Amino acid sequence: MKPTDIQDPEYFHKVVDCQFACPAHTPVPEYIRLIAQERYTDAYMINWESNVFPGVLGRTCDRPCEPACRRGRVEEEPVAICRLKRVAADFKDDVKGLLPGAGPKNGKKVALIGGGPASLTVARDLAPLGYELHLYDEHAKAGGFMRSQIPAFRLPDEVLDEEVGYVLDMGVHTHFNKYVDSLQSILDQDYDAIFVGCGAPRGRDLPNLPGRKEADKNIHIGIDWLSSVAFEHTKSIGKRVIVLGGGNTAMDCCRTSRRLGGEDVKVIVRSPFEDMKASPWEKEDAIHEGIPILDNHVPKEFVVKDGKLVGMKFEKVEAQYDAEGKRSLVPTGEDLVYVECDDVLIAIGQENAFPWIEKSTGVRFTSWGTPIINDDETFQSTNKRVFFGGDSAFGPANIITAVAHGHKAAVSIDMYCNGQNPEVNRPAPHVTLVSQKMGIHEWSYDSIPVIDKREAVPLVALEEALKSKTLEVELGFDVETAFVQAERCLNCDAQTVFTDSACIECDACTDICPTSCISFVENAEEPELRQSLLVPAENAEQDLYVSGELATGKVMVKDEDVCLHCGLCAERCPTAAWDMQKFYYTMAKAAPVLVEAAE
Amino acid sequence: MSYIKPKFRHPRLPTNKLGFTVADYDGAISTLCAGCGHDSISAAIRNACFQSAIPPHRIAKVSGIGCSSKMPTYFLGKSHGFNSVHGRMPSVATGASLANRDLTYIGVSGDGDTASIGMGQFIHLIRRNVNMTYIVANNGCYGLTKGQDSATADLGSVAKGGAVNPFDGIDLAALALLQGASFVARSFSGDKGQLEPLIRAAMAHKGFAFIDVVSPCVTFNNHVGSTKSYAETREHLDAMPLDFVPMREEITTQYAEGTTQAVTLHDGSAIHLKKADATYKANDRRAAMDVVQQAHADGRILTGLLYLDPDSQDLNQNLNLATRPLNELGKDELCPGSKVLKSINEGLR
Ligand SMILES: Cc1cc2nc3c(=O)[nH]c(=O)nc-3n(C[C@H](O)[C@H](O)[C@H](O)COP(=O)(O)OP(=O)(O)OC[C@H]3O[C@@H](n4cnc5c(N)ncnc54)[C@H](O)[C@@H]3O)c2cc1C
Ligand SMILES: Cc1ncc(C[n+]2csc(CCOP(=O)(O)OP(=O)(O)O)c2C)c(N)n1
Ligand code: SF4
Ligand code: SF4
Ligand code: SF4
Ligand SMILES: [Mg+2]
Repeated sequence: MKPTDIQDPEYFHKVVDCQFACPAHTPVPEYIRLIAQERYTDAYMINWESNVFPGVLGRTCDRPCEPACRRGRVEEEPVAICRLKRVAADFKDDVKGLLPGAGPKNGKKVALIGGGPASLTVARDLAPLGYELHLYDEHAKAGGFMRSQIPAFRLPDEVLDEEVGYVLDMGVHTHFNKYVDSLQSILDQDYDAIFVGCGAPRGRDLPNLPGRKEADKNIHIGIDWLSSVAFEHTKSIGKRVIVLGGGNTAMDCCRTSRRLGGEDVKVIVRSPFEDMKASPWEKEDAIHEGIPILDNHVPKEFVVKDGKLVGMKFEKVEAQYDAEGKRSLVPTGEDLVYVECDDVLIAIGQENAFPWIEKSTGVRFTSWGTPIINDDETFQSTNKRVFFGGDSAFGPANIITAVAHGHKAAVSIDMYCNGQNPEVNRPAPHVTLVSQKMGIHEWSYDSIPVIDKREAVPLVALEEALKSKTLEVELGFDVETAFVQAERCLNCDAQTVFTDSACIECDACTDICPTSCISFVENAEEPELRQSLLVPAENAEQDLYVSGELATGKVMVKDEDVCLHCGLCAERCPTAAWDMQKFYYTMAKAAPVLVEAAE
Repeated sequence: MSYIKPKFRHPRLPTNKLGFTVADYDGAISTLCAGCGHDSISAAIRNACFQSAIPPHRIAKVSGIGCSSKMPTYFLGKSHGFNSVHGRMPSVATGASLANRDLTYIGVSGDGDTASIGMGQFIHLIRRNVNMTYIVANNGCYGLTKGQDSATADLGSVAKGGAVNPFDGIDLAALALLQGASFVARSFSGDKGQLEPLIRAAMAHKGFAFIDVVSPCVTFNNHVGSTKSYAETREHLDAMPLDFVPMREEITTQYAEGTTQAVTLHDGSAIHLKKADATYKANDRRAAMDVVQQAHADGRILTGLLYLDPDSQDLNQNLNLATRPLNELGKDELCPGSKVLKSINEGLR
């Protein structure tokens, strides 16, 4: 193999598994260390710069970082990355003085359609540059689905208001209660660019199921229902509720039903329990609230009696997988299952819908109904003045993805407004790499991993929780627990940096490495090399760090897979050929860098 | 400085026949200088015991005084051990091996511990053919007392302070050959590929197995002018690659005809000498002495298996001692009664 090019920031970026997996590339280990040092405000600011909504995300993020976390490969459970984010938000001081304000006017005007996390991120990134920003939303407040969909018992209004406020206070002109029914009308105004962050607002229905029309009064589309609960148009539901679907919307629907008078609430889903789209922790929360989940049940009929919904019929199925692992749901042949109910919530997915975007705008769409965007970096549509991001770009995803899109789209909009082509010469990520050596054998971070296990966040008592639609269920970690949980982080950003010319091949690093990461072997092609290591490198998703040829003709090969970043290799190296260096990476943004790596 | 080794290990560590991983053969974290050759030898011993699937509690580590003699703390944390006084490990090893012949004895010593203060004891271990593996971590100096020349320092080698050594060094391997050792080898701490199979063979050997291992002292003897630095050792190394194949195990590596020689040990296990030419005879003591002298004259550090007597009789056999460890003998065997005593006495009349 060729020697690894560590000048390419993407190499070390990938080693920080959580940060790499985070769509907005939040510097996770950096903020976790700051939490351990009780520097909550600094930890918050690291987050805020990357993901704009630390308090919101610390409660609601889909957390793609956690399944990626290295800790999950050396013990049972990953670091509680998400809930530590909430700790930063809960215990920070007033941050207003640390936030950037609107920059001096640059004479450019941008319209933002929709007030969700994508648009708000674009606003946050462009405001300091002096753009005049106009945000349109059909509701009375900004926040998008964070406000209309995510129930208050998961995300209190105050938390959302605070973080939405930080963005709007940067001088954003808001046009609330204004549904934009024509993109053309916006294009016809003097906006230099338009960002569409309208989400994927249409909930799927089951229009052809027998009884659908007759029972309409007691059948609700999940996202519409949640939104009408959030805006207090709906205040109650029947005692027996069936929620159809297995995604996050279904989980929010069933838990909300329990708080609105639903006593016998069931989630009924077509797929097997394991295949459900909802995150494991959301399923756990629902079950904890006394909501059974019936899997492998395909809805067949709404049963109506005397013009009123009385129940539903389901066909029992079994998942079968073909050679390619493709799933089909095959009926078991048993009798249809009848479940009584008073109300049904349909939460079987959402779609994009752009009835307000006219053909004349030049914005074209794919056959799936999503806009044609030239790639997932620029977010520029077929009308070069119009940019998309968040759920509107590629279909429903989550908040952190919307934020990441927002950052990239803001870069594109800024380039476009300055007469540059956003497809070329995009700004590079912000990167620093600094030695963490403090003394002969000392590092600036707690290098030896602790063995404490992950702890769950404490909850309010179930009875209390079910009495209120707004009482936050999770209590959050206290500072003592937060410290222990923060210390579980392996500091994957403390990179093992190897200098070929200094190595005398004494084997000290190989001998000490607790997880057998380092081997000195004859060079070979990657598949062969992977097999020749002390422990074969079987996790192909993780890279090999390969040195140049050393004095004996061998090469140093480090399998990044289960490195603990414990620094022992560097401690035992007599020539400092190994060094532990902190890699700080933030994705490119339109706004200037706000937070540097902590001292 | 880290005083503890993290608890986590590679989740896919291979296991040996006993179901143990190499981590089960670990000791405490080393306090030797970073990069000390001795740490590599510790790792080689650990790996060899793992590979040969010796139950850790059936091993006893013995040593004297010196950085090298501290090594047993850093491997086989679940084995028996005795850290004796300077140069006196041979007495302890002899006693232990007589008392319990079933344990595997690993002696770890230094060039100071063996070739200076311990010379008188060392030579008798050889003479008596005590059943043990004796490893000298040879760095040409007294590391622990800050790097004074030892008796194995080569003539002309320059000490860190600049003094040139005016004496010829003792070649411990040559000495062992001369004194009739039944297994003599030399190796280099930086060549685990050779050192590990040698240690495995030494442990399988019945009798005294001696391995002189060049093991650079990074702190006091790794400078330009030292003949035992990493660079100088590599420069002059003439290494005989080898494999160890335990009893009843298939040879998995394929060797081209005429390029390898197998030396079979008493228990049927074998050492495969790769690249050895047909004139090489591992069981010819005089030839071995010649080879060692020749290499010395050429300025080559010849490493590998130098000599092996597969039919060696160890001390226990030689003295016709009890075939079971003393701690397994019952009262009746240890104290056979007045009748037996009487017959012994009769025999002496
Ligand atoms: C029930 C439910 C629960 C969820 N829970 C989570 C969670 O816990 N964690 C998570 O990360 N994600 C969650 N999501 C997904 C997440 O809310 C979305 O992915 C995210 O909000 C998308 O952001 P966005 O900026 O693209 O658009 P949105 O948040 O959808 O915001 C778009 C806004 O634009 C408005 N709008 C649309 N069209 C127009 C128009 N023409 N004129 C004016 N205004 C318009 C909409 O009313 C809306 O307010 C959940 C989604 C649902 C449905
Ligand atoms: C009886 C006695 N004499 C002298 C010493 C001092 N002393 C300690 S270690 C040592 C030499 C060790 O040299 P070596 O065996 O080569 O070990 P190294 O440290 O080089 O590995 C000496 C002379 C001692 N501890 N005990
Ligand atoms: S251990 Fe820490 S730095 Fe490493 S992936 Fe997990 S959270 Fe991120
Ligand atoms: S930091 Fe070094 S010693 Fe520690 S696990 Fe990683 S490679 Fe091994
Ligand atoms: S002084 Fe020399 S022999 Fe002793 S630990 Fe340090 S490097 Fe090793
Ligand atoms: Mg010595």
